[in-house]
Amino acid sequence: MTDELTIAIPRGTLFRKTLDFLEALGIETAEIRANDRRLVFPGILTVRPSDVPAYVEHGAADLGITGKDVLVEQSEREVYELADLDYGHCRMVVAAPPDADPLGERLLRRGVVRVATKYPNVAARYFSETGRQAEIVEVKGSVELAPITGLADAIVDLTATGRTLAENGLVEREAIWESTARLIANPVAHKLKAEAVDALVARIRELR
Amino acid sequence: MIHPVPPGTRDVLPDEMRELRALSGSLHATFDRAGFGEVWTPALEYEEVLRRGDERAAAGFRLFDDRGHVLALRSDATIPIARLVANRYATEPAPLRLCYFAHAYRAVERGSGQAREFLQGGIELIGVGGAEGDAEVIALIVEALSEAGLNRHRIGLGDGMLYRTLLANAGVSDEDAQPLLESLWRRDLVGLEVRIDRLGLTGSARDALVAVPALRGGREVLAKVPGPAAENLSAVHELLAERGVADRVIFDLGLLRDLGYYTGTIFEVYDPAVAFALGGGGRYDELLGRFGPSRPACGAGLDIQRVHVAQIEEERGT
Repeated sequence: MTDELTIAIPRGTLFRKTLDFLEALGIETAEIRANDRRLVFPGILTVRPSDVPAYVEHGAADLGITGKDVLVEQSEREVYELADLDYGHCRMVVAAPPDADPLGERLLRRGVVRVATKYPNVAARYFSETGRQAEIVEVKGSVELAPITGLADAIVDLTATGRTLAENGLVEREAIWESTARLIANPVAHKLKAEAVDALVARIRELR
Repeated sequence: MIHPVPPGTRDVLPDEMRELRALSGSLHATFDRAGFGEVWTPALEYEEVLRRGDERAAAGFRLFDDRGHVLALRSDATIPIARLVANRYATEPAPLRLCYFAHAYRAVERGSGQAREFLQGGIELIGVGGAEGDAEVIALIVEALSEAGLNRHRIGLGDGMLYRTLLANAGVSDEDAQPLLESLWRRDLVGLEVRIDRLGLTGSARDALVAVPALRGGREVLAKVPGPAAENLSAVHELLAERGVADRVIFDLGLLRDLGYYTGTIFEVYDPAVAFALGGGGRYDELLGRFGPSRPACGAGLDIQRVHVAQIEEERGT
């Protein structure tokens, strides 16, 4: 990283691609790749994707990289969204078992559909905006399990290839929106470290 | 047994209270020396009075009194002071200089660092229009913070009409402009660019709308947006230079503050030691006219607890 800026990057599925992306920007990542358990490096913090906005909003990092899905779910965070990094493509979808249409049937006969998700805000907003009543069940992991076990009629989740959905006997019913990795910035760092931030954003724009 | 307090509110114990009191006292002394007399207004106002100032001003907390009237907790001090000026100083032609230290109340929608009840200290300068008034307010805020022991505070300076004017000049209707302003206010520059392209804008109009939110820095950025807003900001900057505080200013042409009554110059106060704005303000030339005789006005408010955090962090040398 440049001397001035600290950036929070996401562990998990975006991690490797983010390191490749930083390499492409000319930022050395060999040390990070060689130390899988270490979390803090000069100018770089490695955190959970969903924690990136908190680190940036509170100024522990000046910049951050995380998925748009995280930013939509945490829309109350006061951070700048500076650039679409065009990797980590995936879709937020409603998925359900392939037999019949549980969404339709459930809604017709009982008036409310039960939806399991790791993204309660996204799911609640989507069903509300499409005029359907939904009971949202928040789970922290393995959301595909919910329809199989009868916890919920459907799920709202992120999918890149659809493979995990298919392996758990689910099919995509509705696409909500597409997500990619985004560069975010702390509002104060965006003003007080403007030159360094702009130099980085300019390099990102050149890459595209 | 613990008896809870509502989220976003808090108690203050003596060690902290002593420092908050000292900080408020220091800010107040600077305001008072500059001729800004302190006023109190009620925390509770009639809802319709607050809404006359700003449609969303009463959205936080509303209640009924014993006669069935709808009351609301003030969401800032500026609207109640506009009401006070109309009621009590309607025939006073000379400029008014007022200051306040008061709790305000907001429903928290954005920003996890925000409180539902927060202590604001600030100033209102009524009857002095244009750059002259803006510079007086900004310079006094800079001075008050310096007097309170801050050394590294900066002012982000913009114009609330700049982006609206750009949109209008590009032929964007008010209806189409709203979601774009919303994106800018949410600091979603990616979404803003997508929406600009969706409107089918091309050429220099498109490029300006995309580029302006990222324009921040010294005087040189003003040359990129010729027009009344740049002339206004340039004039404010010159007056701040005369007052010896222009080096505190960072122009920020994408700045947009959420309150609905700003009509020109707007600004926010930053300190590199903390990640949140310490406060801000701007020019609101139409607000007084909603309550009484129309008068130009400019004001600024500081979040006392955030300034206190900045004091502590600067002391620690972060």
